[in-house]
Amino acid sequence: MSKRFTSLALTAHPPATGPGGRGRSRRAVAPVAAACALIAGAALTGCGQQRDADVYTVLNSSTDESYHRWDAEAMTRCGEQLGVTIEQQSVPAAQVMTKALRMASSKSLPDIVQFDASEMPTFAEAGGLVDLRSLGLSTDDIPPGIVDFGSYKGTYYGAARSVNTLALFYNKDILDEAGLKVPATWAELRETARKLTQGKRYGLALSAGGAEDGVFQFTPFMWSNGGDETKLDSPQVAEALDYWKSLLKDGSLSKSTVNWTQADVNDQFMAGNAAMMINGPWQVETLNTDKSLHWGIAQIPVPEAGDDSVGPLGGAVLTVPGTGDEARERTAGRIVACLAGEKEQLTYALNSWMVPANAEAAAVWRERVPELDALADQVAAARSRTAKLGAGWSNVSLALQSAFQSALTGQSSEAALKRAQQRATSGN
Amino acid sequence: MTTSTVTAQAPVTASPASTAPDPARLRRRRRLAQWGFVAPAVVFMLLFFGYPLVRNVVMSFQHYTPKTFFTGEAPFNGTDNWSNVFQDALFGKALWHTLVFTAGSLLGQFCIGLALAVFFSRRFPLGGALRSLILLPWLVPMVVSGIVWRRILDQDTGVLNSFLDTLGLGGHTPWLTSPHMALLSVVLVNIWIGIPFNMVILYGGLQEIPKELYEAASLDGASAWRTFRSITLPMLKPVITVVLVLGFMSTVKILDLILALTDGGPADSTQTLGTLTYQNSFVQLDFGAGAVVGNVLILISAVFAVFYLRANRTEGK
Repeated sequence: MSKRFTSLALTAHPPATGPGGRGRSRRAVAPVAAACALIAGAALTGCGQQRDADVYTVLNSSTDESYHRWDAEAMTRCGEQLGVTIEQQSVPAAQVMTKALRMASSKSLPDIVQFDASEMPTFAEAGGLVDLRSLGLSTDDIPPGIVDFGSYKGTYYGAARSVNTLALFYNKDILDEAGLKVPATWAELRETARKLTQGKRYGLALSAGGAEDGVFQFTPFMWSNGGDETKLDSPQVAEALDYWKSLLKDGSLSKSTVNWTQADVNDQFMAGNAAMMINGPWQVETLNTDKSLHWGIAQIPVPEAGDDSVGPLGGAVLTVPGTGDEARERTAGRIVACLAGEKEQLTYALNSWMVPANAEAAAVWRERVPELDALADQVAAARSRTAKLGAGWSNVSLALQSAFQSALTGQSSEAALKRAQQRATSGN
Repeated sequence: MTTSTVTAQAPVTASPASTAPDPARLRRRRRLAQWGFVAPAVVFMLLFFGYPLVRNVVMSFQHYTPKTFFTGEAPFNGTDNWSNVFQDALFGKALWHTLVFTAGSLLGQFCIGLALAVFFSRRFPLGGALRSLILLPWLVPMVVSGIVWRRILDQDTGVLNSFLDTLGLGGHTPWLTSPHMALLSVVLVNIWIGIPFNMVILYGGLQEIPKELYEAASLDGASAWRTFRSITLPMLKPVITVVLVLGFMSTVKILDLILALTDGGPADSTQTLGTLTYQNSFVQLDFGAGAVVGNVLILISAVFAVFYLRANRTEGK
């Protein structure tokens, strides 16, 4: 048994067992040698992560097959252009930050990390990112809102390839049948949703789940009403929350709303259980798989006619973490410039249904994808979640989740938000 | 216990063959060999249990943030993390939820598991097939069960509510969407998951009880309940302790099931110490606070382990 085991180990790692081979008693040495071989093997694979001169790595969250493929194609094109090989390492979105932090402590950071824009400030504040302007990236063609989106404390750390936001998706057939037009104000939305609620079908679906999804969905209501994340206990925020409560009270929203992610909301909409939904363009690919579903898209309704519809800006940014190797950082900067360049942005945006960050690419995109015009308008007025709070956003987000869930399940909005504000400021 | 008897015997049988070596040297060699056998275990324990444990305790007294990963510096901040965590209203809630969740789950799993074990210990047609079917929940990964149950328990489209509706029992129970119901629902799902484990171990224990005892009881005219109380339960006691301790250990630290079912919501009504430490460490990236909650969790387990060892010792005597 042990003999077979050693021979296996020997073939796998010939150099490691060399010195131990000429031991005294064969029987005693064999298991020891096997163990050494295994340990040495493990150590060798550990060292295998040594940087290769022409190979650059990107850490991203493109774990979906299609996104992974689109990214791989873009990286191949940019790699050919710059004469390097670009590899991607994809981990689930929720793990990018912790993975990058662990890599930072073991001094094995990749050359480029793609962060969700709401997470980038945390990494930037820890001192982990390089100023992209110092690497020669220009922000001339990028709208100021999107430059802010990739900036922390005035420094431009993250280049967005595309951005997204939320919009109102509606089922054209259901609206036509009821002879209703697409709602534009809160009052209209409430009325339309109430009328469209029939049998097992709800008028509207949205996500008020206890995670970032729910907060993302609450922000357009909070912001369009003049509320702000720096003061959660203001009357404007309470009004927005009361509005959600009224939709729930009317029965236009399912009570399961508090347990839904944005993907669940999309499932409900596609299954015909909801006539309208609040969701983002990343669902379009899935929506289009059902040819019998005729959907339209509009800006998220505002409190009063004439108000601005302010949505949350979402999306990922490409960053260059500081590795201390300036030559590599410069090349990484060139790779970011290529991936976030006008041409690649357009390709990526057309694939993923997101809006290009670059103004000129966005103009072309509008012509090519006229059905998502409303989304491009919404993006133009959208705001970044971390613009005001930076790394402090995660505290506020957690407090806000708890608040709207409490309010939607019975508490008064004022009391819930008051507690949320206390929790957000105390840091717990 | 067993290793010392083995090592003590081995040299005794070997000594007649050798030409009477120095007894002191022999003893030293024997001791060395003993340590040699113990050493790997000690090294393993220190490396994989001792180090993380100590590290976690130290971390709970440090200001450990994302910056630490770059600078390697985590300044000590006294008991700040501890007082912050203890002052947070959410901690008290999470502690209470953890206790309710653990007690409820163990009670349900154990009672139903025991009942099924007793039921299946009689032989009847298809008994074996049914018994193996009941093992299924155990084979399904926790996250998968969580996601499937989330669908089943959906208020509008869930299978459970539709079923209740057909029976005319009013299928509008807000299983996971009401803060008053969510914890109960999570406990129910965990009971479902835990039944097979309890049943299998208890069933094994039941097979060990000598049949003569039951024969004697029936000759004495004992009722079924009396037989169960005076023979089955006392004879099963050591197995029951094992089942409950193992059950406690895996239940008190629950994380995956809750994340998949409710994500701690709605309105923090299913936050447990497990989800709280996860949220502190990996969402808020406040590793010091996360370590505090983790330590409390370890402490609770440790107290329980002490009780368990005590109980075992008195039983051994």
